Amino acid sequence: MRVLFKHLDVPDIDQIDVYLREGGYKAFERCLKEITPEDVIDIVTKSGLRGRGGAGFPTGKKWAFIPKDPNLKKYLCCNADESEPGTFKDRELMLRNPHQLIEGMAICCHAIGSDRAYIYIRGEFVEPAKKLEKALLEAYQRGYLGQNIKGSGFNLDIQIYRGAGAYICGEETALLNSLEGLRGEPRFRPPFPAIRGLYDGPTVINNVETLCNVPHIINNGAEWFASIGTGKSTGTKIFCVSGHVNKPGNYELPMGTPARELIFEHAGGILDGKRLKAFIPGGSSVPMLTEQHLDVNLDFESLLAVGSMLGSAGVIVMNEDTCIVRATWNMAKFYEHESCGKCTPCREGTAWMREMLESIEHGIGKMGYIDRLVDVANNINGRSFCGLGDASAQPVLSSILHFRDEYETHIREGRCPFGSNSGFALRS
Amino acid sequence: MVIPNQLASTMISEESRKRILESRSRYPAARSAVLPALYIVQEEQGYLTDESMEEVAELLGIPYVDVTSVATFYTMYSNRPVGRYVLAVCTTLSCSLLGAEHLVDYLSRKLGVKVGETTSDGLFTLWTVECLGACSGAPVMMVGDKYYENLTPEKLDEILDNLRREAEEQG
Repeated sequence: MRVLFKHLDVPDIDQIDVYLREGGYKAFERCLKEITPEDVIDIVTKSGLRGRGGAGFPTGKKWAFIPKDPNLKKYLCCNADESEPGTFKDRELMLRNPHQLIEGMAICCHAIGSDRAYIYIRGEFVEPAKKLEKALLEAYQRGYLGQNIKGSGFNLDIQIYRGAGAYICGEETALLNSLEGLRGEPRFRPPFPAIRGLYDGPTVINNVETLCNVPHIINNGAEWFASIGTGKSTGTKIFCVSGHVNKPGNYELPMGTPARELIFEHAGGILDGKRLKAFIPGGSSVPMLTEQHLDVNLDFESLLAVGSMLGSAGVIVMNEDTCIVRATWNMAKFYEHESCGKCTPCREGTAWMREMLESIEHGIGKMGYIDRLVDVANNINGRSFCGLGDASAQPVLSSILHFRDEYETHIREGRCPFGSNSGFALRS
Repeated sequence: MVIPNQLASTMISEESRKRILESRSRYPAARSAVLPALYIVQEEQGYLTDESMEEVAELLGIPYVDVTSVATFYTMYSNRPVGRYVLAVCTTLSCSLLGAEHLVDYLSRKLGVKVGETTSDGLFTLWTVECLGACSGAPVMMVGDKYYENLTPEKLDEILDNLRREAEEQG
């Protein structure tokens, strides 16, 4: 089932002529001429589309929060700061089909009454940024952006803004600060961005994949979209599969596809015919699951029910040789490095967790560290300024929940039982 | 700190100054142009110096400290010289599971540098970085604007050879 990737096989779909030939920008033109902004928001709401960046907030609702006052300068920021470990879908969406994103953004801007939008793209994505830059130029030349678009009186400028290497800028208020030329530290909420966001104007912040869905919803209707997936998780989802699988890659499938089907059919099963030990269903910020959870359906509700989250749908697979302590230490290093330092629980806690995990992995941990790790994680979780702190606690808490015995073996034996890192070996 | 005039050296080229001012005019607030400005300067000079950051502050009309605080927050800006090619190897989980640390060791031995150091010929700097968002191609490395995926020691040899050749040709 391909929606966002349906043009994947069309050569040169990144060029506007080809995109137009395939029916591109029709949804936007209909919004300019036939469908009122209110109706567009209504359609998106009824489709059940939820944010694809990680939090899963209903997109239509987010748009509806924007005040109608025409005197207020409103903004759309597309969050293209894709940095969640194990996630690589937005990069492919932008590289392959940049106009799909631009059309989704244009529809959103028209619906919320914004004439200025930004694509905040992570600094490392130079190639996708160039693709987008070229596509934006084409859209201006063909009159899909700029002044008085297609004679409608609607104006829209879209500009690319490059980040410069900071995971935290995927957090929406940190993203706004970064775009305003500040350190990427999160802002206090309320006020929420919908009321006071970029340059103090009402602002919608949507993920790349979320916005890419919008033209298809307008073209095919809310009912069509809602008929894909499950009752509360509608549409398709791009699952990014990486780690110990035979065919890593992006797989667009209906929401609710079982984890077993994704990992063993689409991604070709575990490398070298080994057994699966653990998988992280939604990027490193969500709790890891084990072999016994393989029959879970990958959607917002089902994953919540087994104690994890859909997150960004970055599915990281680990085989039976993987040392879970080392994997968790790896993730802890990430959060320590990426903590912005604004709040104490996250700044101090992520470093403390990393230190204890490093000690345990190197055989110099003490038995008391396991409970202390849980204690520190619980004191970061829900007590930090933004979601980064909460995220940092998940690998620690879930790995101890499912693999406590492995931690104990490390400490008891005073070494890593996996020896010379077999689960982290180089392959040719 | 307000920048005294005599400190505003002519270190940034006229063309880059123009580009920075043009960038400034594209945003509702001049401050937004600080990230683009730092990229422009780094592109020209290789890294950011106190003097060039003072100039950026002056061009954008914002305090010097606001420029340095931004420059030191984001990992893609460097405040010390780096080699012609920065080899930025991802060591986050998906890459690590497929041997990223072995590649870092391999590069370190081959080039005779530790992570963070630059080869004596000034050609290569070895960095480890966090997730580059291309995990289906793990292990991944970024050099300049380019991603290299599914890396092996053999592939690294080839990449280094090509970069050396490129550097020689460009002089």
